[in-house]
Amino acid sequence: MTPLSDHVLPAGVPPPTAHHFIDLHQQEEAEKLGMWTFLITEVMFFGALFTAYVVYRNMYPEAFMLASSKLDWKLGGLNTLVLIVSSLTMAMAIRGAQTAKRGVMLWNIVFTMILGAVFLVVKYFEYMSKWEHHLMPGPSFDVEAFGAWGPQARIFFSIYFAMTGLHAFHMVVGLGIMTWVFLKARKGHFTPQRYVGIEISGLYWHFVDLVWIFLFPMLYLLGAHTTGLGH
Amino acid sequence: MSESASKARWFSTDHEHIGRQYLFTSLAMLVLGGMMALAIRWQLAWPWTEMPLIGRVLFPKTGHVISPDFYTVLFTMHGTIMIFFVIIPLLVGAFGNLLVPAMIGAREMAFPRLNMWSYWTMIPAIACLLAGFFVEGGGAASGWTGYAPLASVTSGAQGSGTGQTLWLVALLMSGVSSLLGAITYVTTIATHRARGMTLMRMPLTVWGVFTASALQVVALPMLTAGGLLQLADRLLLTGFFTPQNLVINGVALDAVAATGGSPLLWQHLFWFYSHPAVYVMVLPAMGIVSDVLSVHGRKPVFGYKPMVWALCAICVLGFLVWGHHMFVSGMSPAAGTAFMLSTFVIALPSSIKTFNWLATLHRARIQLTASMLFALGFVALFIIGGLSGLWMAATPVDVYINNTYVVVAHFHFIVFGGSVFAVFAGLYHWYPRFFGRALDERLGKLHFVGTFVLTNCVFLMMHQLGLAGMLRRTADPYVYGMFEHLRPVNVFITWSAIALAAWQLVFVVNLLKARATPRREHGNPWRACSLEWRTAASAPIVEHGPYEYSRPDANSDWLPQARDDTPERVSSRPQS
Repeated sequence: MTPLSDHVLPAGVPPPTAHHFIDLHQQEEAEKLGMWTFLITEVMFFGALFTAYVVYRNMYPEAFMLASSKLDWKLGGLNTLVLIVSSLTMAMAIRGAQTAKRGVMLWNIVFTMILGAVFLVVKYFEYMSKWEHHLMPGPSFDVEAFGAWGPQARIFFSIYFAMTGLHAFHMVVGLGIMTWVFLKARKGHFTPQRYVGIEISGLYWHFVDLVWIFLFPMLYLLGAHTTGLGH
Repeated sequence: MSESASKARWFSTDHEHIGRQYLFTSLAMLVLGGMMALAIRWQLAWPWTEMPLIGRVLFPKTGHVISPDFYTVLFTMHGTIMIFFVIIPLLVGAFGNLLVPAMIGAREMAFPRLNMWSYWTMIPAIACLLAGFFVEGGGAASGWTGYAPLASVTSGAQGSGTGQTLWLVALLMSGVSSLLGAITYVTTIATHRARGMTLMRMPLTVWGVFTASALQVVALPMLTAGGLLQLADRLLLTGFFTPQNLVINGVALDAVAATGGSPLLWQHLFWFYSHPAVYVMVLPAMGIVSDVLSVHGRKPVFGYKPMVWALCAICVLGFLVWGHHMFVSGMSPAAGTAFMLSTFVIALPSSIKTFNWLATLHRARIQLTASMLFALGFVALFIIGGLSGLWMAATPVDVYINNTYVVVAHFHFIVFGGSVFAVFAGLYHWYPRFFGRALDERLGKLHFVGTFVLTNCVFLMMHQLGLAGMLRRTADPYVYGMFEHLRPVNVFITWSAIALAAWQLVFVVNLLKARATPRREHGNPWRACSLEWRTAASAPIVEHGPYEYSRPDANSDWLPQARDDTPERVSSRPQS
């Protein structure tokens, strides 16, 4: 009821940058733990989608191989490479903040954003091609293209679009976060003493990359070696 | 009031303000959900008869009676409101905000704005849910579990249209709200404890909120993902949860929508959160009751550490038992056995808690305050609800009683007899702390006596109905001649339920009476040790556990947790 009055900081303890923390150490602990807790919720969120995938794949292994062969593993592979490199540039941006190399930090944030955008552009072309070939789930889906496995193949594309779509949404959010990080970095917000903001944004970025590392083999490579029934 | 001042009032980031917002919003929802319960009871006692006075106003189109479709909407909405918009926000949202920072000696939550948004995502969720009543086809009518394919196919039944979509959106938003809150609590408790407040010195209420939040962080995203998939099923015809060869009203669904999905998958995703949600509704309640028993019994909680480990064990085991909701779903019998055994195991930490409460009470100097009475009521009713839960966890028993009123009786003992009693115990105990006004003790005791007796009249009798075979979700059980003899029992339960609801007016009167008295500092009326009652303005330095009552070596019968006259003010980094 009675608010605790302001604390006098002992010598040598840096002050927090937001009023509701006691000192910088507590603020950084809270910010890091908050992001890790959020990432736990994200792991479980995608975990549910992976569970759904495993259930359907177990129900219809043949249809999933067949439907998977319709995906372009080369474009998926390119995107995998793009994201792995973006994780590298992200790590280098944080390193730039830690070592007070402003140019390294700013340029690597820009590279990260460009690579994220490249990923989304490639994804756009992939989605367009699925649209043209009537592989979007829904009434326009070309059931005939998969012979007897039509309805089951449609489930594959449903889960494919759900998983990659939600992943792409996370990429878009990531680009928003990177824009914020860039603006903050340009203002000199991140220093070797205080770089938690860019560090935890990097955690998020790496997490979204990691989801793709699992999505790519599960969705694209499963049927890549089959010639497919409809070809 | 200026515009910015009113904005600051509505969108305050102060945790106590958010706690009060949560408290009054969910109490209002409790009234709404309670009225729906009465409407359900009316229908079961006197099916297809006009409700006096309000029947004409509420049901002008159906001859002033509840239609079968509307009955289905009623029990769907009653369950959804009570679980997601009453009990969880009351225990975690209201008590969590009002107590956690104060009890651990923190000035603020770690993420005040996230905390504020947690409350403000719940409001549109409530709006969405209630909007369902006014759309074409009526509100959602697939039960609070939203089982597929009834809930995933828009042509499933009346209410499977827009109403069901709105229900799903409300569920998703309430999930986001809970997650924002849970992240805030976990981080605050981990990083914002006062100096000397080690984990093993935290009051059990804090442990309850902490374990409940941890459950939400891990389990809730599963339901969010499942809900998004079901939303896609409904809006984009993806068919994730729609089985093949489904025929609805003579129309084969394969021809018009995607099929081939797994309805069982929805059940798994749903119960993976919604079973832990039961523990979200009971862990903070257990914490509150432990605190109240100790303060009003003037005795330390018996076996504090086992109590903490029991909370943690329930939290972990809570992830492994969701399948006991699905024994008759066609799941593999081997999985059924595994879920049966894991459910039996969770009885161990639960009984550790129960025995420790009893041991706390043993030779305690029990002060029969209103708060203590409700806490004692919690222990009694939790034992009944817990034991019936253990009994129905056995698959052979469950196969018989599944979908009957035994299940309804069981979870109402836990959620009403347990959680709601703990909420009352907590309100009588902490009301002076929350509002600077005390609740009347005599009215509180009166409130308890009626509530306790009538709760048993309502829910104990439901076991009888269930054992006789009465089904959970039938609008008119008497269409089956064999249930005709249950009519007097149902009439008795309905009268008891009406009396129980009316009896809550005693509590409302108490609230209004307290409101009429001027605000004043109540200090520490119960002489409690824990930090939330501290009046000193200095940063606390914690030196004791939270339950130092009746210490033989102390001068008074209690020792405050923190040193009161702290000369120097220091940074209060947790030192665990």
